[in-house]
Amino acid sequence: MSILNSKVPSGPLSEKWTKHKNDINLVNPANKRNIDVIVVGTGLAGGSAAATLAELGYNVKTFCYQDSPRRAHSIAAQGGINAAKNYQGDGDSTYRLFYDTIKGGDYRSREENVYRLAEVSANIIDQCVAQGVPFAREYGGLLDNRSFGGVLVSRTFYAKGQTGQQLLLGAYSAMNRQINRGKIKSYTRHEMLDLVIVDGKARGIIARDMVTGELERHSAHAVVIATGGYGNVFYLSTNAMGSNVTASWKIHKRGAFFANPCYTQIHPTCIPVSGDHQSKLTLMSESLRNDGRIWVPKKQEDAEAIQQGKLKPVDLAEEDRDYYLERRYPSFGNLVPRDVASRAAKERCDAGFGVNKTGEAVFLDFAAAIMRYGKEVAAVEHIENPSEEKIRELGEKVIETKYGNLFQMYEKIVDENPYKTPMMIYPAVHYTMGGVWVDYNLETTIPGCYCAGEANYSDHGANRLGASALMQGLADGYFVLPYTIGDYLADDIRTGPISTDLPEFAEAEKNIQEQLDKLINNEGSKSVDHFHKRLGKIMWNKVGMSRNEKGLKEAISEIRELREAFWKDVRVPGDYNEVNPELEKAMRVADFLELGELFAIDALHRNESCGGHFREEYQTEEGEALRDDENFMYTAAWEFKGDPGKAVLHKEELNYENIEVKTRSYK
Amino acid sequence: MKLTLKIWRQKNAQTKGNMQTYPIDGIEGDMSFLEMLDVLNTQLIDKGEEPVVFDHDCREGICGTCSLQINGEPHGPDRLITTCQLHMRKFNDGDTIVIEPFRAKAFPVIKDLMVDRSSFERIQQAGGYISVNTSGNTIDANAIPIEKEHADESFNAAACIGCGACVAACKNASAMLFTAAKVSQFALLPQGQVEASRRVLNMVEQMDKEGFGNCTNTGACEIECPKGISLENIARMNREYLSASLKG
Repeated sequence: MSILNSKVPSGPLSEKWTKHKNDINLVNPANKRNIDVIVVGTGLAGGSAAATLAELGYNVKTFCYQDSPRRAHSIAAQGGINAAKNYQGDGDSTYRLFYDTIKGGDYRSREENVYRLAEVSANIIDQCVAQGVPFAREYGGLLDNRSFGGVLVSRTFYAKGQTGQQLLLGAYSAMNRQINRGKIKSYTRHEMLDLVIVDGKARGIIARDMVTGELERHSAHAVVIATGGYGNVFYLSTNAMGSNVTASWKIHKRGAFFANPCYTQIHPTCIPVSGDHQSKLTLMSESLRNDGRIWVPKKQEDAEAIQQGKLKPVDLAEEDRDYYLERRYPSFGNLVPRDVASRAAKERCDAGFGVNKTGEAVFLDFAAAIMRYGKEVAAVEHIENPSEEKIRELGEKVIETKYGNLFQMYEKIVDENPYKTPMMIYPAVHYTMGGVWVDYNLETTIPGCYCAGEANYSDHGANRLGASALMQGLADGYFVLPYTIGDYLADDIRTGPISTDLPEFAEAEKNIQEQLDKLINNEGSKSVDHFHKRLGKIMWNKVGMSRNEKGLKEAISEIRELREAFWKDVRVPGDYNEVNPELEKAMRVADFLELGELFAIDALHRNESCGGHFREEYQTEEGEALRDDENFMYTAAWEFKGDPGKAVLHKEELNYENIEVKTRSYK
Repeated sequence: MKLTLKIWRQKNAQTKGNMQTYPIDGIEGDMSFLEMLDVLNTQLIDKGEEPVVFDHDCREGICGTCSLQINGEPHGPDRLITTCQLHMRKFNDGDTIVIEPFRAKAFPVIKDLMVDRSSFERIQQAGGYISVNTSGNTIDANAIPIEKEHADESFNAAACIGCGACVAACKNASAMLFTAAKVSQFALLPQGQVEASRRVLNMVEQMDKEGFGNCTNTGACEIECPKGISLENIARMNREYLSASLKG
């Protein structure tokens, strides 16, 4: 029997959250002033949580490794945010958003959490507009929508290709209001390195000031971890260079269970790798699949000619192109979910139809959309008998207003004009659905330690739909956590300030100091990046887009060996009491080297394919993911037992009472 | 390609810095500028020397963390991009590249090429927000239609990434473009009207307190801005400021 208690409230699905909000304890405003909350991470989840908690009256301290909360990696989200507003009148509803998200997640998420997410989604848009977030609008002055993968309605709100930026600046402005009032103290260039537990409850953190190098003790009555995902375990990903698993991993080592680490999203539309020097990968928003058509040549010889630069893609006749997503999935076409699109691209490239030098790229082509829009504009503007040239010119303008910044980004990186020749794209690591296990209240298995946003595992199952990450981050921070954390803090109104002189703080600080000393004094011969790149190669080749038993077993032992080699031979220049980016990286890579092993163990134990987790042994004849609901319809929550290899598995069974479990089909 | 790098090295805020020269080889056109610095740093670490410290994070031109004055220009010779989006194909074999931190009194150097831009934080904290509670109990998002042109213009101002290139480009180290972008974003929206006067007065006051210089309408900020934030925003802020001052 599992020791996991999801604490889902009773009652019908659609009434649970309202009922729960009515049932939980509240803290009176005078008492809130005596309660401190630490929020680590200031992206959409952390920033919105911090602002809301401070607004309610709690004393909040925020921590981020960036030099400003506004630079958290939520800022890079491009395409949009979903909400069940049904402004388009195309049949959307809370239930449909809930259904799409569960199905998109391949029936591996907790029904009640997802329903709540869909329920509060509409509030997010109201809230953000009130804060002055400049969403895209139609000429009538109302909000515009577009469509994303895996759904049949248009429910995505957006601000050009910079939706994450605008939403984060909204949350950041709400934070600034509270900083100005003195209710939030913002610690920038600070990295959390450990959680402090006193009498079984999370009571503070150890953080390093990345400018002075000093270790600091900070106490609180509750700690919120909102530090994002762990995609950088692959070295190359669309994450920021500093994105890391350290806060999540440290709380895992202190008792928080880590759920479904193997559920990773490989995003289908990223700019392909150009060489060994590559430090990160750049995403081209999924919104491009609204208008771009994905294809490779039908004939191998054409693919080879394109690879060698002997044939231009624009010169290949229509009938010689294979629009493989439209061919395989006629009803969703180019807008199939990310996991499906990524695997289909890999399948074509593995079969030899790739279109760049390395054979690891497919085309994303806007030519048809440009002509379609051009004709529309010509008609609206009453241009009679427009030349093809004129139509193209008008169409390109439409594409520019829709995706201008993305096209510019592409051109700067690849040095090709995507208005004139199709983009080349390839899948890359983008988002991690797995993360810290939380109950319905977003509380981890450590009392008083909460986890929000991408850092937790809760809403996306085995695959996240586009434009849902922003929705979840803000839902957790603005609308869920402020209620549920109050329920917990109601017991703390008489506790008074937590002293940082407690032995638990001293012990945690000493551990970290020893780790820093060891790295600085190691006198090894290889840079941190050397080990990080090697880890990334193992992960990508053996724990990446498709996995098998043999490869996973090899990965586990290779990661263990690499971890040993790292501690023996890593070289960290400089000292710990100064700005030292190599030391920061070393601390993060040390944690990735442990997480990587648990990741592979999780992938090995899950003898099925679901969502982003594709095991070659488990597929249909057509190459689609083959789930095993009888044996694996559960969340795998791992407990740390001194070494990632000794992690103990706990299962939270998933029950779908309001949705019929089906084989996912986008055909 | 083979290059000569002249880079500002400074141990910390207390010590004096100087330019140092590093020859580097094997740089490819497809590398980004920061990847070129990664190559240099790996070589320095392998030789037992201290790597060059510089700010960077998203490496896709949106977080605003990266900076660098490259051959005298913030974010280097290319237009409408940040340093992390600059590619080495913009340089030629044999070039000498001078790399300095953003220079301004209000951006003190922390180490090497890393500067402290917390003055920008304080300007935003002084009023860069609309005072609504985050309860979600607001009116429906479509209750107030906003003219598309205004919404788009507001978005264009809000696209500022807060990198500080405008300050680094300005001979007076003025932060007018940055502050004006934030003021404009709200000034162009009906939601921002209620607090408009207080906002512009408080933000400008904080900007002056931080030691940024005055604006003399040179326009270098607009040219160097990686997001193309328009000078019109400064004119708009001046109007806002004037009308707020007159209201007293």
